[in-house]
Amino acid sequence: MSEPERPQEGDAEQAPGSQVPAERTGGDYAPSVAERLALFQRAGGIATPLLTAAFAFFVGGLVVLVTTGKNPLRTYQAIFDGSGLNWLFPWITSEERTLAAFNLQYTLLLTTPLILTGLAVAFAFRCGMFNIGGQGQYTVGAVVAVWVGSSFAGMAGVAHALLAIVLAVLAGALWAGIAGLLKATVGAHEVISTIMLNWIALWVGSFLFTLGGPLQDSDQPGVPVSGSVQEGAKLLVFWGEPELQGLHIGLFVAIGALVAFWVMLNRTTLGYEVRAVGFNPEAARYGGISVARNYFLAMAISGAFAGLAASLDVLGWQFRISETDVQISQIGFIGIAVALLGRNTAVGIGFAALLFGSLLNGASTRNLDPEIFKPELAGNLTLLIQGLIVLFVGADVLVLYLWQLRRRVKLRVARAGT
Amino acid sequence: MVGIGLGLLAFWLALPPLAARTVLWPILVGILAAAAGIWTVSRGERRIGWGALAAAALGIGGGILATRSSLGNLDTVVVWSTLLGATLRFATPLTFAAIGGMFSERSGVVNIGLEGMMLMGAFFALWGAERSGSWAIGLLVAMAAGGGLALVHAFFAIHLRADQIVGGTAINFLALGITGYLFIDIYGTERGTPQGIPAIPDVRLSFLDDVYFLGPVFGQLNLMIWLSFVVLVVSYVVMFRTPIGLRIRSVGEHPRAADTVGISVYRIRYASVVLSGVLAALGGAYISIGFVGSFAENMTAGRGFIALAALIFGGWRPFGAFAAALLFGFSSALAQRLPVYSESGALLFQSLPYVLTLIAVAGVIGRSIPPAAIGRPYRKQ
Repeated sequence: MSEPERPQEGDAEQAPGSQVPAERTGGDYAPSVAERLALFQRAGGIATPLLTAAFAFFVGGLVVLVTTGKNPLRTYQAIFDGSGLNWLFPWITSEERTLAAFNLQYTLLLTTPLILTGLAVAFAFRCGMFNIGGQGQYTVGAVVAVWVGSSFAGMAGVAHALLAIVLAVLAGALWAGIAGLLKATVGAHEVISTIMLNWIALWVGSFLFTLGGPLQDSDQPGVPVSGSVQEGAKLLVFWGEPELQGLHIGLFVAIGALVAFWVMLNRTTLGYEVRAVGFNPEAARYGGISVARNYFLAMAISGAFAGLAASLDVLGWQFRISETDVQISQIGFIGIAVALLGRNTAVGIGFAALLFGSLLNGASTRNLDPEIFKPELAGNLTLLIQGLIVLFVGADVLVLYLWQLRRRVKLRVARAGT
Repeated sequence: MVGIGLGLLAFWLALPPLAARTVLWPILVGILAAAAGIWTVSRGERRIGWGALAAAALGIGGGILATRSSLGNLDTVVVWSTLLGATLRFATPLTFAAIGGMFSERSGVVNIGLEGMMLMGAFFALWGAERSGSWAIGLLVAMAAGGGLALVHAFFAIHLRADQIVGGTAINFLALGITGYLFIDIYGTERGTPQGIPAIPDVRLSFLDDVYFLGPVFGQLNLMIWLSFVVLVVSYVVMFRTPIGLRIRSVGEHPRAADTVGISVYRIRYASVVLSGVLAALGGAYISIGFVGSFAENMTAGRGFIALAALIFGGWRPFGAFAAALLFGFSSALAQRLPVYSESGALLFQSLPYVLTLIAVAGVIGRSIPPAAIGRPYRKQ
């Protein structure tokens, strides 16, 4: 963690020419998102995301204290226990351990899609785009997965599951590809187009499963829910009871996706081009890289991750989707905070997903004792913490400033010492 | 241009009050429109020509559909005066937010957080009105809340030079969290907001009662709708006819030059962003205490983003943005009335405004030119 370079505000003479062309470093120059990210990574290392998260939790604790007068530490402890992470502690009793194992399985169930929706945001981010459409891509993937999974009754199990996953991945890729294509061809900003695609997916998805909708389960005419996934197409549960939402093998798929993400970005031509476009589209274009093609591909791959997340959820433990599921799902949105907190790197996203998975599960109605803290409130507290994390992760200059302040203080201390 | 008009005319011919009951007329006019479109394309005006072709296709398709559906249904869906009234009601929050966004973006700060600022306005208007028993105080509280959240965005975007899109997204998350948290903490999930919260009154213009068409549309509109017209005109005058507007625009186009002639870039940007928050909050307040009369979590449902699209669609100008807001409002109003045709389709029609926004963003965005310094933090030297 040597001295952070500050190309976005340095003078032309000072800017290291290897990365940023001199003419782009004037006072008005604004760095691209990916460039900021690289800066942020150099500047912060592992300390800044930890500090960011800690600060967000601190503010969250203050909110708890001020509005309800309850002890925030006890609230957080209850959330922690609810997440089942105390399973890792050797000293708890065997009774507690059974409960903790049960909770941890559910936490990891939530972590699985969060890793993937985090990757969905991160991959586009590395190409200089902000994919807020993870939620819509997830919904589209879920619709396709549940549709394929609940039809084709005679198909062999593994092939059936694979078909559902592949089609869901393609659906997610296509849905995100619309935004990528619009960005590449007419320059429509991906933030607006992905948000519109989110709402379209939400209403179309609701329509499909509502009473009288095309995909609504004909066996239960009074319930706005899809048909159930065929027994054979369900994913294998390797920890816990399949009936009690045990942990399915999708977790390994998600971890595999983390590895694939790293390899794709750092060891392939595609990844090189995507990162080049993210750093500086003009320079990439000058270097012979098709910017439009990379915008489209990066978005499509992002959407594929989100579609994969949805298919694992549907085949792994949800098995059916109701109209309300479509409307209240937040997995895709939390992916944004996961990616930003994980600084768009594979390892970071893994840990950030675990953090948010624990937070979601620990603060759920199922686990949080209303005596300690109202779970509905805790759900919104999670949103608040999420917002704070995104806010502070975006403010790299603040981080840089603090970082330099520290160095300055150190220098002063050193000077005072001599 | 004529082609577009003809295409729309083809559709309109089949609707009440004319309601041509044969397929012939819409098709005939539609073909004329298509011809005009092709002629334009061949002359090199591609965009307008394709627009005319699209309008022609829409006109013919819509015309056929309309003539085939029963006249009774058609009369319930297409009552122009009611539809226009509903259009105005749906467009008003968009107008407020879009004009707010114009101030922020004209000064060079992207404001993706409009959505969150609207949501803050919606909640705090209701809270203020409920606590004080007066809708006016509710409005003031909403403006303060929206302005406060905008101040956070401004601080991060201007002083900390954070990425403005990431910052705006954070603002939206924060607003969701804050309003959701307070809503449950104060009102609870089961009870919801209490009944009888003082609402923003309607303005009754009794002298319009007997006037054809204008009476049903303008006779009884909410105060906020009239206020939005006022804001529209005032913001146009301020932005394009006063020194203040010139300063805002110069800061957004070339901050260095503005700084050189002694304009405080930071101060102008702060004021513009906070003003945008205040206006967006007014739009949100209209939704909660002017229109619905209650609050629900995430009740703005993406309207801030539609407003942003309206702003871009309207070329960062007040009247352009207003026209776009009317268009989106119209699609919402239509979506609300279309379920006459199909009960379960109601949910599907809900997506209409969003589809329209997507098309608008895709089709027009390349041509509308944003302020030159938009999204770029400025660093004083």
